[in-house]
Amino acid sequence: MADNKDRDDVTGIDTTGHEWDGIKELNNPLPRWWLWCFYGTIVWGIAYTIAYPAWPLVNAATSGVLGYSTRAEVAEQIAAVDAQNAEVSARLASADLATLAPDDDAHRYGVAGGASVFLAHCSQCHGSGAAGALGYPNLLDDDWLWGGELDAIEYTVRHGIRNDVDPDARWSEMPAFGEIFEDEEIAATVEYVLSISGQDHDASLAEQGATLFEEQCTACHGDAGEGMRDLGAPRLSDAIWLYGGDREALTETITYSRFGVMPPWGQRLDEAEIKAVTLYLHQLGGGE
Amino acid sequence: MTKSPDTPPALYVAREPIFPRRVKGSFRTLKWWIMGVTLAIYYLTPFLRWDRGPNLPDQAVLIDLAGRRFYFFWIEIWPHEFYFVAGLLIMAGLGLFLFTSALGRVWCGYACPQTVWTDLFILVERWIEGDRNARVRLWNADWSARKLRLRVTKWIIWFLIALATGGAWVFYFADAPTLLVDLITLNAPLIAYSTVLILAATTFVFGGFMREQVCNYMCPWPRIQAAMMDNDTLTVAYRHWRGEPRGKHRKAAGAENLGDCIDCMACVNVCPAGIDIRDGQQMECITCALCIDACDEVMEKIGKPRGLIDYLALADEERETAGAVPRPILSHVLRPRTILYTGMWSLIGVALIYALFIRSDIDLTVEPVRNPQFVTLSDGSVRNTYTVRIRNLGAEDKTFRIMLTSDEILRITVETEGPNEGHVIVPANETLAARVYVTARPQDAAAKTESTDLRLWVEDLETDSRAGVATIFNGKG
Repeated sequence: MADNKDRDDVTGIDTTGHEWDGIKELNNPLPRWWLWCFYGTIVWGIAYTIAYPAWPLVNAATSGVLGYSTRAEVAEQIAAVDAQNAEVSARLASADLATLAPDDDAHRYGVAGGASVFLAHCSQCHGSGAAGALGYPNLLDDDWLWGGELDAIEYTVRHGIRNDVDPDARWSEMPAFGEIFEDEEIAATVEYVLSISGQDHDASLAEQGATLFEEQCTACHGDAGEGMRDLGAPRLSDAIWLYGGDREALTETITYSRFGVMPPWGQRLDEAEIKAVTLYLHQLGGGE
Repeated sequence: MTKSPDTPPALYVAREPIFPRRVKGSFRTLKWWIMGVTLAIYYLTPFLRWDRGPNLPDQAVLIDLAGRRFYFFWIEIWPHEFYFVAGLLIMAGLGLFLFTSALGRVWCGYACPQTVWTDLFILVERWIEGDRNARVRLWNADWSARKLRLRVTKWIIWFLIALATGGAWVFYFADAPTLLVDLITLNAPLIAYSTVLILAATTFVFGGFMREQVCNYMCPWPRIQAAMMDNDTLTVAYRHWRGEPRGKHRKAAGAENLGDCIDCMACVNVCPAGIDIRDGQQMECITCALCIDACDEVMEKIGKPRGLIDYLALADEERETAGAVPRPILSHVLRPRTILYTGMWSLIGVALIYALFIRSDIDLTVEPVRNPQFVTLSDGSVRNTYTVRIRNLGAEDKTFRIMLTSDEILRITVETEGPNEGHVIVPANETLAARVYVTARPQDAAAKTESTDLRLWVEDLETDSRAGVATIFNGKG
């Protein structure tokens, strides 16, 4: 070819000289600045991989000369938020919850922060909505084993229940009546408990059970089965049951007893977190 | 250009410099006015004030990103009402379709910021360096003190305009007078300075150097528009049936066969896109209509009728070639496609205005707490919890009463800090989330049925206006 300039007849545009099965490629040249932009992106790309973490190696990626890491950035942001909240957090930590006004920033901070603390540390047993589960108390209702006032909740959160770790943990233990009562006596006691909680029951058995209840149970559960918060003894005359309130569940509870455990969060959470989760729990609907 | 057989053809080209000549005429005048008005709107709007009361900003147009509010004179848009903005964008889109199908690329030619700022930059260029011929000479001249002085002066003025452009942008996002002082006293946040500088840089480069390259290579709109234009679209075109064959030498032999075009290149010299309109419709043409002004001027001088280059519909070519008058403009503009676009545009507009007017003063949402579905209380009652969010769109604090209605017996308790049962105070321009408990006693039907309909009401104690939201009460089923 003496002259490689080949013009397409239809469009009047030069071709690149490339041809595939009679199809020719038109040459609509790109603007030169576009080419420079393209080279620019290549230079930028190389510079970027040198400046920032980029190339994967065996154990980690190249760290980049700027020393940037997303993890450090997150840590920095968390530290910044902590610093921002330091004042209100300190105020919450030293506050007397009972007298803290609901429109106080420290109170709002506590409720909002307590929700996060709850989800991170408490929801595994008590559920993300704090509704509990069989054996794990529902924290939304108006029934509290150890008390629903702010200081009672705070104490429970801080020291936990029936654990060996914290000497101040709330503690009580119901005897396993399977070793004390005959089976018939257990059955009679069950009928009596059914009767005081307003459920269907065998009246004559319940009458026998009443005597047994008075002898063995009232010391903790109260004369009328109203419970005793100092001992975490549940109220038996209401509609709320931690381990189930039907005949079968009651028989099992009386025979083998129950032993619910909660860790002492005072050893895991800081002062502000404990107060925050206390405030959060208290405003869920059951607080006293 | 001759090439050796081994040399592949050039795949890249440098930009051809364009030196638009100054032109006078009705379209040029119209464009000056549009430029003045649009630039004034852009630069001055942030400084307009609008009194909204003590707790709200008094800037007429403000995009408050941190507070998540958009203020436009008497309208205030919250994030959940963003559909207004979406609706306006759809209207803008349809409006663009309508104008393009009726009048071609009027947006590109008159109103596009790229066109307006390029026009402004060319104005500065002409003022500093002179008109087309002077600029061509300067371009070809070797660097000298004079060339450097003219160039640097031009660039400085360009950059000042660019700085003001980027500067005006940030004023839409903060209180303009305060930010202006902060910017000058170096107290503004870094993001404000970087935004100003980035936008100043793009304005400077796009308006001063890239110009038509932005339209040709960066903007998708010129390519899309071809789909919206047809033979009835009024667009800037050359009446080749009248102008051809073109020729300069009117007194030469055979000149009586020539058309009206005297090939004076006036239309080419004024073109900011650097094209020849006589080649027909081209992707590069932004229909700025300056060639119409240029050609009309020449036609008047040589005593020919105006309109050799004109807004015309290509559908009229045959009629005009045959010597008939073109069809009236309205018959081109009114056609199913433009009527459809107008209809859709108006429909959305009316819907938006309607939505704006039926907007209740009380804005509430009810979010039932469904984790858990319900709570059993000691006495066997069943309790549901609802989060009621009340938005106070006004500038004053308001007191609301929360109530419920239902066919079944249900009791409502509102967790309040106020002195009155069921009353909540929502601060101005804020949303309040109130916890509302609804309880059914064990003997009530609602406690035993799986779901019971109810409606939660919020009443503004001052105006007695109410709003209600239907929701469901979950029982034991």
